[in-house]
Amino acid sequence: MRPATQLFRFPLALPALDSPQWQSSLRAFALGTRSVTSTVLTLVLFATYVGIGALAHDTHFSLGWVLASTLFVWAGPAQIILLSTLGSGATVVQAAVAVTVSAIRLFPMVVSVLPMLRTPQTKRRHLVLATHFTAVTLWVECFRLLPQVPRERRVAFVHGLGAGLVSVSLTATAIGYGLAANLPELFAAAILLLTPLSFLLSTARNCRQLADLLALVLGLALFPVVAMFHTGVDILISGMTAGTIAYAVHWWREPQ
Amino acid sequence: MNEGLAHFVGDWHALLVLLIAGFLPNEIWRLIGLWLGAGVDEGSQLLVWVRAVATAILAGVIAQILVQPPGALASVPDWLRYAAVASGFVVFMLTRHSIFAGVVSGELLMLAGKWWVG
Repeated sequence: MRPATQLFRFPLALPALDSPQWQSSLRAFALGTRSVTSTVLTLVLFATYVGIGALAHDTHFSLGWVLASTLFVWAGPAQIILLSTLGSGATVVQAAVAVTVSAIRLFPMVVSVLPMLRTPQTKRRHLVLATHFTAVTLWVECFRLLPQVPRERRVAFVHGLGAGLVSVSLTATAIGYGLAANLPELFAAAILLLTPLSFLLSTARNCRQLADLLALVLGLALFPVVAMFHTGVDILISGMTAGTIAYAVHWWREPQ
Repeated sequence: MNEGLAHFVGDWHALLVLLIAGFLPNEIWRLIGLWLGAGVDEGSQLLVWVRAVATAILAGVIAQILVQPPGALASVPDWLRYAAVASGFVVFMLTRHSIFAGVVSGELLMLAGKWWVG
């Protein structure tokens, strides 16, 4: 048994890059799955999916439906948007548009994760599953963990990590669905506050360059301004603008 | 057995809705990333820009939940939501980037504030 304090200090060390443990893909997969226990984001994910399970119960979706949504959609904010728009009586097309806009962020996430996974031998089809697992938690953890994983084992490692995170989330979804009727409003509010808090802090920790930090700050500041115009794609407009300004500043300060 | 399964899955119409409004809108962006990302170099300028836009879109999602709160979060006053997130961020900075400390203190401030407001 590890001491309880270590649970919050995440001491879990991966084997050295030249360790024989990395010679097996299966072992790399297992190490990826075990890494789920090394991050507080797993707890956040768990609580978020308890909330999503409860929301699905309250909006009269079946347990199988919400489990399928966790498995196949695999993006917390998108699932919250989907459940709340469908639950409030919106049409399928309206819900699809709202979810599509919120999901645009997945595109640059995939683009920034994949170069860390590829080797000259990697075929595109080898990356399909890793691509599906890509969402904010995996994205953050890839930046943190992949430098400690030998390049030729990274796909197997990410498959393990993704499978572990999805399993935890499926369990939490089912628990939330079962508990729904007994969740007090304050608890529900606390769960919903987890998403902005954890997204903000994990993104801040992932800021590697001035451009990233500036994009985060400008993105936060610009959204409320753009939202006043009710364009329907407010997040897209504020995100593209803030991200591009941040890049321009980066480019101006560090000419290539 | 069949009845149990039908109860678990729900009707097929709902699953079709999940496919159209849930699975495809997310998977399409991932697959576009897989398709276009193959030719991008890890250290390239394009990737710096793409990451900046991803970060800013995420910031937008965060801001939207705070400014236009969904469900039960709307029962928390505006100032308290902003104060909770701001205090979480300050603690995160003070604890040398501990997400755990930041999240817990943000949540505690919200709960304490809600209790105090009544």
